[in-house]
Amino acid sequence: MSKNKHEKVEKHVGWLAVLAIIAISIGGLVEITPLLFQKQVQEPVRDLKPYTALQLEGRDIYIREGCVGCHSQMIRPFRAETERYGHYSVAGESVWEHPFLWGSKRTGPDLARVGERYSDEWHYVHLMNPRAVVPESNMPGYPWLAENTLDGKITARKMRAFQTLGVPYSDEDIEGAQEAVQGKTEMEALIAYLQSLGTALR
Amino acid sequence: MSSFWSWWIIVLTLGTLVGIAILLRWNMKNFTDVEEGESMGHEFDGIIELNNPLPTWWTVLFWLCLAWGLLYLIFYPGLGNFKGLLGWQSSNQHVLSIEESKQAIVDAREAGLNVEYDRELARADAVYGPIFQQYASMEIEAIAEDPDALRIGQRLFLQNCAQCHGSDARGSSGFPNLTDGVFNWGGTPEHIYTTLMEGRRAQMPAFLEQLGEQGITEVASYVLSLSGRTVDRDLARAGEQKFAVCAACHGQDGKGNIALGSPDLTNNVWLYGSSQRAVEETLRYGRNGVMPAWGEILGEDKVKILSGYVLSISAED
Repeated sequence: MSKNKHEKVEKHVGWLAVLAIIAISIGGLVEITPLLFQKQVQEPVRDLKPYTALQLEGRDIYIREGCVGCHSQMIRPFRAETERYGHYSVAGESVWEHPFLWGSKRTGPDLARVGERYSDEWHYVHLMNPRAVVPESNMPGYPWLAENTLDGKITARKMRAFQTLGVPYSDEDIEGAQEAVQGKTEMEALIAYLQSLGTALR
Repeated sequence: MSSFWSWWIIVLTLGTLVGIAILLRWNMKNFTDVEEGESMGHEFDGIIELNNPLPTWWTVLFWLCLAWGLLYLIFYPGLGNFKGLLGWQSSNQHVLSIEESKQAIVDAREAGLNVEYDRELARADAVYGPIFQQYASMEIEAIAEDPDALRIGQRLFLQNCAQCHGSDARGSSGFPNLTDGVFNWGGTPEHIYTTLMEGRRAQMPAFLEQLGEQGITEVASYVLSLSGRTVDRDLARAGEQKFAVCAACHGQDGKGNIALGSPDLTNNVWLYGSSQRAVEETLRYGRNGVMPAWGEILGEDKVKILSGYVLSISAED
């Protein structure tokens, strides 16, 4: 049996694991590692601004309520999409997103460029009860957002974390963070976030 | 991409393909001392491992996959900075603004690049361009009477406007009914076109501090009386005295001003409801209706057709 070199991996689970890890890693080394050093994924689009304190809190509510489960934020370069949603998404729009919320499920429409498409009032009515403005909608209502207020206790810390990750927040931004969101409703925060989406590519 | 990372990708990718090919060839030889089809010496519960070669169909498929991968990398981008023989790319991903995006399309065409998305746009433009061209030179009034244009207009309306104005264009509280012929910002074709292109922002201030609760009730009564509603006459008379602050925008006669988007208070069209309570709320807290700007999103051609469509439905009621 000594000639059967296969036995080394067939009968030694350690060898099997090591070789499997090497085989799997190659994909990541080719596809992920070079990306980390590309200018294209680090250079923001010209009008990109970091989220304001209120928008940032709104983003966290977007995450908490699971909006990403039904709404993508990624317009693909197909005319069928760009006719409806606007210019396809580009890498420079997501450089300060941690984590990105591109999503992959579209039960509802893509939201990558929903900012400034509807009025704040519309978003309020629509989030309270989507069927008040879109009778065909199967989106749930989120009326509690209008009742919950933010205290902004950890907003500054969140912004500090983003600053560590390279988002260009100034120290003044961070100092004023709590004041900027304190007493605002979650609804206001979410609407502020939605109204900012996709507006940086002009 | 720097040439280091380009070569990193090329070497690892091709190295893997070659490595897999060697591994496959190596596995097709019999290195054991066991004849093909004989037992390997493992037996458990009556099940015996035989020394069988890799199935032919599977091996052939493996070689085909390798060949496919190699051909793909020759024709399509994948090996670092090598763009592939077809010069194909899906879109112009390096752009940092809409302006750059438009320029990238021009540059790519001049450089002879094969950009899938640009080609799709060009194909669509060849088909739909002439149709929009034909309406671009038409007056909006004429578009409003062109059945083909109205069919396009209705599609555009349902796609972009129905979210607020409703699929029947009759609006709801806070979102104007477009079929009643009443336009706060003006109902001429030019006004409608401007409203669509640039959007509108209404600014009804809050009057609670200035008028006080009693004043709010009085002015609301007077405003309701302007459209012929039965109201408490004393309250209305007191309200009339205070109407001067309203007249700045709505006019002394309350007929509104399309330059400011201030509604005519003498008709029976109420954007935010016609109850005493609704009008009081408007006075107390103000209203800031927003019509978003569609010029950049839809472009002039489509806005023009939409203007014609809105004009055509504006006299339905």
